[in-house]
Amino acid sequence: MDKQIDEATNSTTEQTQGVTRRGFMIGSVGASVAMAMVPAALLGGCAEEILNTQPFEPTVWYSIDPSGAISVKVTKAEMGQHVGTSLARIVAEELEADWSAVSIDYVDTDAKYGAYVTGGSWSVWTSFDQLSRAGAAGRVALIEEGARLLGVEPGQCVAENSQVVCGNKQISYADIVAKGQLSRTYTDEQLASLPLKAAKDRKLVGVDTLALDVPAKSQGTAIYGIDATYEGMVYAKPLLPPTRYGSSVQSVDDSRAKSVQGYQQSLVLDDPSNSVPGWVLVVADSYHAAQRAAQVIDVKWQAGPTAAVQEADLIARADEQIASGEGALVLDDAGIDAAFDAAEQVLEARYTTSTALHFQLEPVNAIGLQNDGKWELHTGAQWQSLSMPVYAKALGEPEENIVMRTHLLGGGFGRRLNGDYGVPALLAAKALGKPVKVVLSREDDSRFDSPRSPSVQHLRMALGANSQVLGMQHAASAGWPTAELASFFLAEGTNGEKYDPFSINGADHWYDVGPHQVRAMMNDLAQQTFRPGWLRSVAPGWTNWASESFMDEAAHMSGVDPLVFRQGLLTGQGKNAGSAPNAVGGAKRMSNVLARAAAKAGWGKPLPEGQGMGIACTFGQERAMPTWTACVAQVTVDADSGAVSLNKLTIVIDAGSIVHPDGALAQTEGAALWGASLALHEGTEFVDGQVKDTNLNGYRPMRMGDVPELDIEFVESDQQPVGLGEPATTVVGPAIGNAIFAAAGARVRHLPIRPDAVKQAISEAKLA
Amino acid sequence: MAVTLKINGRDVVLDIPDDTPLLWAVRDELDLKGTKFGCGIGMCGACTVHVNGVAQRSCITPVASVANASITTIEGLNAEGEHPLQQAWIATQTPQCGYCQSGQIMQAASLLATNANPTDAEIDTAMGGNLCRCMAYTRIKKAIKMAASAGSLATNVGSEVVHG
Repeated sequence: MDKQIDEATNSTTEQTQGVTRRGFMIGSVGASVAMAMVPAALLGGCAEEILNTQPFEPTVWYSIDPSGAISVKVTKAEMGQHVGTSLARIVAEELEADWSAVSIDYVDTDAKYGAYVTGGSWSVWTSFDQLSRAGAAGRVALIEEGARLLGVEPGQCVAENSQVVCGNKQISYADIVAKGQLSRTYTDEQLASLPLKAAKDRKLVGVDTLALDVPAKSQGTAIYGIDATYEGMVYAKPLLPPTRYGSSVQSVDDSRAKSVQGYQQSLVLDDPSNSVPGWVLVVADSYHAAQRAAQVIDVKWQAGPTAAVQEADLIARADEQIASGEGALVLDDAGIDAAFDAAEQVLEARYTTSTALHFQLEPVNAIGLQNDGKWELHTGAQWQSLSMPVYAKALGEPEENIVMRTHLLGGGFGRRLNGDYGVPALLAAKALGKPVKVVLSREDDSRFDSPRSPSVQHLRMALGANSQVLGMQHAASAGWPTAELASFFLAEGTNGEKYDPFSINGADHWYDVGPHQVRAMMNDLAQQTFRPGWLRSVAPGWTNWASESFMDEAAHMSGVDPLVFRQGLLTGQGKNAGSAPNAVGGAKRMSNVLARAAAKAGWGKPLPEGQGMGIACTFGQERAMPTWTACVAQVTVDADSGAVSLNKLTIVIDAGSIVHPDGALAQTEGAALWGASLALHEGTEFVDGQVKDTNLNGYRPMRMGDVPELDIEFVESDQQPVGLGEPATTVVGPAIGNAIFAAAGARVRHLPIRPDAVKQAISEAKLA
Repeated sequence: MAVTLKINGRDVVLDIPDDTPLLWAVRDELDLKGTKFGCGIGMCGACTVHVNGVAQRSCITPVASVANASITTIEGLNAEGEHPLQQAWIATQTPQCGYCQSGQIMQAASLLATNANPTDAEIDTAMGGNLCRCMAYTRIKKAIKMAASAGSLATNVGSEVVHG
């Protein structure tokens, strides 16, 4: 297990950081030509032999067949981001491919394809350079072989639209593959020295296209995990224990279920991986029969220790941790105490967020089965590399004996990074000796979602004469998904304490605030009560709620316009200067998007009574990959009821080069509305150890009629492309909160923002 | 017991309990997977089909209640998958994850069948029961307007097989 985790760590780190010791190989595989990244150690061998030999497991990225059809292998999950289209466009750009000949192959798990993870808004960022070079390597090889077949020098040839053109002669990629001898290798150094296009010469990257996955999704023919079937499969619905952990089954009485047509049996799961402790599966001929039987089966559990935990207990535990001074020091600049000692004024504020659900529309599900001695799991997943060791442990089988068959995801949003839902399908298939399709009902899915943890944050700012910012402290406590599921990702604070970077990202902002201290705590009670999840944007969804609301409070206390106040701190000096390749320009680019958003929104213009504008900026997911994001929200507040109407969101993003502009826009539209929905519509709470709102009669994401006017713009840039799936989610909440303050003088410090809280803040403001 | 259903112009006889939701009959008995399971309580709209041309939530519709009705699923909306709404969905690149979109399209088709030129407010009202978790709402609305302005709906609605 440790070894598996180590390997997962290494491969994940390598993938996310783009560290490679690899080369590139081109050779025939069957009638086609494969183009693949391979470990550097293999480069001395014959390309064809290696590409055809299983043990070496090359990372095959694309292939061209004798008809000229180009198949790009995609290991990323398609969950609405049209990721295959983006990644294939990057390859095709440098390959000089005819786009109409390109198709996408979402591959099943196989060690030869490396790590599988789709999250963190990483896909394009981590893949851009390697896919570009893979395309360029293929182009160079095709030009050389095309030239040889035409009897001319390669230097006289260019590639375009899947043709090698040499003066008045030309040959298609199809003919080169069919007639030529393509076989060669590139070292990492050779790959690195391949000429890549200047941004101005790009024909596919940055140019709009129709995403390849959209037609099937408009015609009802797209196949999601829940649509998968397998011959001889039975259906199962779980009966869930009273707590996420520590509950055990005492008895199962299914006597009344026996008269339900199609009911087969109930199965108490024995799970060595401890992913689904205390689950009972109701097995039937059909899902409806399983649902009906489940209603009349009486299971008695010994409840786990968290059966009485309430949301308020989780919040109280976080407050206690923050007050104690414990935790990991993520940032601890020298001079922090002196800064507060020297302060003429100290601003302090506490911000909280409620539990929030993924509520991806396709409830989690999976088919488990054994086929030819191998275990198969048919499902949609975001982090196969993380889940495979868990499945291996659950089954007591080596990972090599398990394969995950890939399907579309009916929404991911981080829920399917945690692959717990695959475990019951595999355990049941093993116990019953036949394929089992497990589908969670919506209520099941919500109850044992990996929700966004409730959070508590405490911020302090030291201000000197003329409101100069002298220092800042930010303490945050929440459940940490990474501690539970991917502990290899934990980082170490300056005091030696471990922390989950994904649960504090965002607090390490780009403002010049003098000495800056950031302290992160894992809410241990949250950890025991539920399985904290990565929910679209993860920590930046709450850290920025605190820090960007706080900046607004600081600006107002200082009597400075919130835009001007921010820009005064975004100087791009020192540690905020930024560096190549991901953050060239640093905080100056943040200042730029703020200015642009303010100008577009008409920042400062007079508004009718009851309306207000709020501004906020964030850097997306993480400091190492800043997506410079600014938002102006315009709201109307009804002072009597406290009701907030979101009128308009103006968003300006600098994400470097944009690969698929319309896809980027769609992602940003969705992410922005997610931010608004989390701010104004969603949120639930733990009651007696369980999520309270498990379906749409209590959990109420934004509907069409709630949608504000959207004005979204991307800064033109040829910088490194960075993430776009989540950044807009991080900025909208604080912009709305700040707009409410502008409209009604009411400061709200809790997400979601409910009318009662606004009303109370209005009355508090009147008293002040 | 046997239930006779008329789905996409075809008569089918299913040996399933009377109270089986139409959703599961369509998906698991007839293998028409375009209609989706989302909430199971009729509040997300992913399971929307047409019963005698009108949008209805199949997850809360017992098969016995529609035994004599004409049912249309996304697969039967247009034989080629080229209903004006489907074309508009592609032109506007509306789907993200796509899971709700069969239901959105069926709901929108039902709207346009009775109101060929809906206002924004009418679209909001008609589509308010259809959750898009990716929040592709602005594009859904744009696509509905595009299909409405295409003006060819009358003929294409006719391609949906409606009996009785």
